[in-house]
Amino acid sequence: MLKDITIGQYYPGRSPIHLLDPRVKIIITFLFIFIIFFIKSYIGYAVLFVYLMATIVLSTIPPRLIFRSLRPLLFVIILTFIINMFFTVGEDVLVSFWRLTITKEGLNQAIFMALRLVFLVMGTSILTLTTSPIELTDGLEYLLNPLKVFNFPAHELAMMMTIALRFIPTLMEETDKIMKAQMARGADFETGNLVQRAKSLVPLLVPLFISAFRRADELAMAMEARCYRGGENRTRMKELKASKRDYIAIAFTCAMISIVIIVQI
Amino acid sequence: MSISVQNLTHIYMENTPFEAVAIKDVNLDIEDGEFIGLIGHTGSGKSTLIQHFNGLLRPTRGTILIDGVDIFKKEMELKSLRQQVGLVFQYPEYQLFEETVYKDIAFGPKNLKLSQEEIDARIRESMELVGLDFEKVKDRSPFELSGGQRRRVAIAGVLAMKPKVLILDEPAAGLDPMGKSEILNQIKLLHEEHKLTIILVSHSMEDIAKLVDRIVVMNRGTIALTGTPKEVFSRGELLEEIGLDIPHIAKLMHGLKARGMDVPDNIYTIEEAKEAILRLKKGDYNA
Repeated sequence: MLKDITIGQYYPGRSPIHLLDPRVKIIITFLFIFIIFFIKSYIGYAVLFVYLMATIVLSTIPPRLIFRSLRPLLFVIILTFIINMFFTVGEDVLVSFWRLTITKEGLNQAIFMALRLVFLVMGTSILTLTTSPIELTDGLEYLLNPLKVFNFPAHELAMMMTIALRFIPTLMEETDKIMKAQMARGADFETGNLVQRAKSLVPLLVPLFISAFRRADELAMAMEARCYRGGENRTRMKELKASKRDYIAIAFTCAMISIVIIVQI
Repeated sequence: MSISVQNLTHIYMENTPFEAVAIKDVNLDIEDGEFIGLIGHTGSGKSTLIQHFNGLLRPTRGTILIDGVDIFKKEMELKSLRQQVGLVFQYPEYQLFEETVYKDIAFGPKNLKLSQEEIDARIRESMELVGLDFEKVKDRSPFELSGGQRRRVAIAGVLAMKPKVLILDEPAAGLDPMGKSEILNQIKLLHEEHKLTIILVSHSMEDIAKLVDRIVVMNRGTIALTGTPKEVFSRGELLEEIGLDIPHIAKLMHGLKARGMDVPDNIYTIEEAKEAILRLKKGDYNA
């Protein structure tokens, strides 16, 4: 049931993409997102598509997993497509019926917007599929470090994220267990109207909240017992180090960006 | 009610990198009115197995017949199945959620859409069965009770469904010795006086040896051994190979035998051991 959901979506592996420094992966993903919105031609998207496919092949992740990440957004993508298609003002009218007109500009705009969303989701899901949540927060902490000058609590924020991510599987397991325990007592989570269903969640949510608070309390206690204090002077077991592989990845990405810019002009 | 497990295999998250075979090709028959002890390590598949008995998990392959009926046939009503096969999970006190003990125990019967009088009667009865004082406890919040009492409330919540089969997953885990023996004695009573079929899951031989009719030993998702406690404990080497502890007395007897003394190797109670050792002593004097 709930066990079939893979939250955080990390797909363990040892591919070149998995082994990249998380900081590099985050930066590349941001560059990728930036370039998605910069491109305004089909040839540009073709270049981007080749780049994306190369990454997927290198990452050894089954493509169906990446396409599956599109499914929840399918509705949004289709809606964006339709709105852009009908409501973009243009001159070159292709089809016109009733009060709706489809112009060439509108169609182009719609295709671009849809492509952007698809690429956006695919690009970011490659990041989360190949990077474990812990690596991801580690990378974020490093990247947010410069903001400490403005008293930004980068370490605390990263710690909070790590803990939250760490407890997702635990809470999922707990939810599954409590759900089953209540189902064994005849609870029904699946049928009934909206009000009934909301009500049926009470026997699930109350024990879940209680256990979450209990766990938080225990964890805080355990951390204090070991004299945890964040921020200043903490060292870490795994230092992030950029290697040759990371420079190649950056070079490759920069090459892709330059090609895109060249074909745009 | 009889339970028959046929070629049951369960695989978690099949076709993903997280795929894990929890049980494979298990066959097991449980007769009406039997008291079964299900023993195995953490991760041996015992919890997975019992969740099939009331339809919480669907088998990847294989069938479960309860009183000869396949419970995963489409027309099967799972709710009535769950009423008849009561399942008490490990640490059941964490499933309590109501404001009062009374309301919490009423949750199950209410889901069965029983009348108010019937619900009330069932709450009284099931609280008595687990040794809770109805008048004293009913209006208290379950969260202000002690751990042992909370567990009783949770067990009462399942008993109030009036199941014919009761499955308990480590009901004594984490209780002090007194609470432990109390709970186990009450379970024994349920079997003897109320004729429930009981499946008791545990990883401690000691706890269940004296209670059950038959022991089923699970190891790595398969049934390694099954038989009466005497039969099972006479296979000490196999149990140790699996990494399960046998009761101290059985260990003592095995030890004596290994040193060449003529004692039976299927003894696991202090009384029997005393008899056997005295008999041995007498034999020595006679010789």
